[in-house]
Amino acid sequence: MSALLFETGEWNFDTLKRTYDAIEEIAVGEMGLDPYPNQIELISSEQMLDAYSSSGMPIFYHHWSFGKRFARDEAMYRKGYSGLAYEIVINSNPCISYIMEENTMTMQTLVMAHAAFGHNHFFKNNYLFKEQTDASGILDYLNFAKSYILRCEERHGISAVERILDAAHALMDQGVNRYGRKSRPSLAEERARAEARQKHASDQYNDLWRTLPTAVARPAGPGRIDTPRGAPQLPEENLLYFLEKFSPQLRDWERELLRIVRNIAQYFFPQRQTKVMNEGCATWVHYKIMNRLYDLGKISEGSMLEFLTSHTAVVFQPDFDDPRYSGMNPYALGFEMMCDIERIAANPTEEDRRYLPEIAGCGDALGALKDAWANYRDDSFIAQFLSPHLMRKMRLFKLENHAAENHYKIAAIHDERGYTEVRRALAAQYDPGSRDPNIQVTGAALAEDRRLQLTQQLHNDVPLDEREAKAVLGFIADLWGFDVELRGLGADAQLAFSYEIAGPRRGALAAA
Amino acid sequence: MNIHLVDRRLNPKGKSLPNRQRFIRLAKQAIKDAVVRSIRERSLGDVESKEVVSIPMKRIAEPRLRHASHGGDRDQVMPGNKEFVRGDTLPKPKSGEGEKGSEGAPDGDGEDEFRFTISAEEYLDVLFEELELPDLAKAQLKDTAVLRYHRAGHSSSGSPSNLSLVRTMRHSLARRICLGRPKPADLAALDAEIAELEAKDQRDPEIKIRLEELLTARRQLHAKSRRVAYIDPVDLRYNRFETTPQPSAKAVMFCLMDVSGSMTESMKDLAKRFFLLLHLFLSRQYEHVDIVFIRHTSEAKEVDEDTFFNSRETGGTVVSSALAEMRRIVDARYPVDDWNIYAAQASDGDNYASDSQTCRQLLATDILPICQYFAYVEVYDPRQEEMFLSSLNVSELWKDYEAVRRPNFAMKRVFNKGDVFPVLHQLFAKTRKAA
Repeated sequence: MSALLFETGEWNFDTLKRTYDAIEEIAVGEMGLDPYPNQIELISSEQMLDAYSSSGMPIFYHHWSFGKRFARDEAMYRKGYSGLAYEIVINSNPCISYIMEENTMTMQTLVMAHAAFGHNHFFKNNYLFKEQTDASGILDYLNFAKSYILRCEERHGISAVERILDAAHALMDQGVNRYGRKSRPSLAEERARAEARQKHASDQYNDLWRTLPTAVARPAGPGRIDTPRGAPQLPEENLLYFLEKFSPQLRDWERELLRIVRNIAQYFFPQRQTKVMNEGCATWVHYKIMNRLYDLGKISEGSMLEFLTSHTAVVFQPDFDDPRYSGMNPYALGFEMMCDIERIAANPTEEDRRYLPEIAGCGDALGALKDAWANYRDDSFIAQFLSPHLMRKMRLFKLENHAAENHYKIAAIHDERGYTEVRRALAAQYDPGSRDPNIQVTGAALAEDRRLQLTQQLHNDVPLDEREAKAVLGFIADLWGFDVELRGLGADAQLAFSYEIAGPRRGALAAA
Repeated sequence: MNIHLVDRRLNPKGKSLPNRQRFIRLAKQAIKDAVVRSIRERSLGDVESKEVVSIPMKRIAEPRLRHASHGGDRDQVMPGNKEFVRGDTLPKPKSGEGEKGSEGAPDGDGEDEFRFTISAEEYLDVLFEELELPDLAKAQLKDTAVLRYHRAGHSSSGSPSNLSLVRTMRHSLARRICLGRPKPADLAALDAEIAELEAKDQRDPEIKIRLEELLTARRQLHAKSRRVAYIDPVDLRYNRFETTPQPSAKAVMFCLMDVSGSMTESMKDLAKRFFLLLHLFLSRQYEHVDIVFIRHTSEAKEVDEDTFFNSRETGGTVVSSALAEMRRIVDARYPVDDWNIYAAQASDGDNYASDSQTCRQLLATDILPICQYFAYVEVYDPRQEEMFLSSLNVSELWKDYEAVRRPNFAMKRVFNKGDVFPVLHQLFAKTRKAA
């Protein structure tokens, strides 16, 4: 009997199961990966399109922008401009991977290794995901969000809900906490705490307390701020949080909508910061597993060739002067870096020992990789692990584009003088601090005219897209209910620009 | 760890449909403009196919606070260096050339458009959104009203053909569990054990006693099986149907057209477009729409669709013959009480000299009282547009029809393809009565 897991491209549930077990044996048994339990769901291409439009999540609330995305994706797909992804994987516990029915068995093997073990391990172990997302609660939360928003639509009308969601979506990028916080207690812990509190109160109960006079309520006066949370702590960088808590005019359900959008933005935030690492990890893992399966004689040479074709297409990085170039391919960079770490751990050169003394020659490539996957995000990962060897291999160079000059300048290339500079510049490219505009609430005259002041610290004088910024400012004014001002401060705190929107435009959107 | 494989392919499709509906709702005005524009260009056979509409991006923009694509100091790391060394400089492309292109229009005047396809259903929804049928109240509930069956839950009695298997089995299962009917598996196990013991030495007293026990148990189980039936009459459930009287949902549409020599191909084309749209519109309102084609020269004849539009005849023009023929057909085949009757007449306005008077009388006394609506469309060759555009210069027939003033009668003139839909729109617009 042949040891092959499957002989043809056709798949069925038996081969899937058998192959999954073989992959698991390698991934968990040999490589020691630590993923969430897996749930693999087979879907058709149409369902894949559906999933695309709702950020890949199985449950999502309804909004026209998802309909727009669906219309666009569908048109692109039907005309053959773009293919569909082979899989979608969700950071949840159990980890759900969607795989498409039209994949061949080789592709199913590849995507199971990639998604169900590579991404899955990353989700479970990376510190950002651990701190900022709740993998076991996300589906329940989305379910709640969906039904809550549906109820709001029934109650207050679709337009009213859309008005808030449109505004909230515009602020999604500014609706996240950039730094991890103390982990929130789970429902069970919360309940236990509430019970303990109550028990304490009833233990301490004494009827005499009732007879004591209560403090006289402080009279309302100037300077008193009427918000559920007291005075806001400024500056505040999470605009959605600020508006949810302190907007003087939002109703309760509207605040809840902002909160939902904010929580979802926070859930996706780690994915934006770990694109290179996440894809690099998954790609490296599937590459290892496929090769191992082949070495064990479990997949045929034909399958291996099919796999290699699609693998090389995924990790292809066009040069900067290639018409296909559209920035760094995160799969390519990530995969190269993982392979490079593996090489350095096993066969370091003199140079590697100088640049990366911690891992060079340590012999435990998997250990080094797992440590990197757990404790870094894209920018720190690149700053730490991009080796001169890889910079030479990819022939990286740094191009300076300064507004004041009428030419570009090659600031550094892949040579001894340039390694550090190129590495620093590439890391900065992935730093969310420089990628997203830094905008904070700096003033809210709650006790006076309630004018809201936002301030942007310009980074390298890169301006905001003015048209969009003004449109978003209109949204903020809608939510805030009073005048809003956005100032941009350049170097030396000098004023670079200032936009103002006077008052809200209630109903303006509904009429459009 | 155990893998969980789920087959989702059979899940209902169209999860994204509510999103799409919201999107279309938002973009409605833009879509409507595009649809009305497209109706002018569509060919005849094409009215019910999909439509690609493009709507300006501006209406459906999703703005974010993000960096502009230009300005400031930016450093970039790129792969694939070939001949650069540190300190090289490269000229920037002149602004206004390559760079500008990707930027898009700076202040939103640009024709950035979002193109997508709407289904035939959505297309027609938008197309007919503001139209309504005049005088829908015709067919009241009467003794002879149509009865329609619809589901009304389940009942414990009914005809065998309506047996609801799922319900019945559910009840049966519940009852069997409650009353402890022995499972076939238990019986089989018992049988197996008995067979095993019987094969052994019967003289062993232990075995004998055990065998006795088992046989008794089996007798009891069998007795219980017989007492508790697998399916009992109390389990039976039937799908129940109720009948409700329905207002008549039948309509007949009379298409009357002058096919005399004076009607050119392009005029017939206009008439056809009008009839086609009208038919589409009616079939969305009624379950069943009959169409009767009557064409006339100096005498009128009922014909099939192909002949109606395609064959040509010569002869004089006596419009009243068509009206008389219509009345005859109504009397013969379409009892006024059961049918909603619509008629649309297309003509170039030429008529036999004294006939227009007759037409007017026929219309007023015989036709309009039985019709829900009668629309008269006068078609012109596009080249005649200038000549006839003025309302003073009208045909004989038009003059006489103008004298007929009834709420269920309307007339319009059509000059070119683009007019057809607006004319239909004016004839059936919801605001028509108010105006």
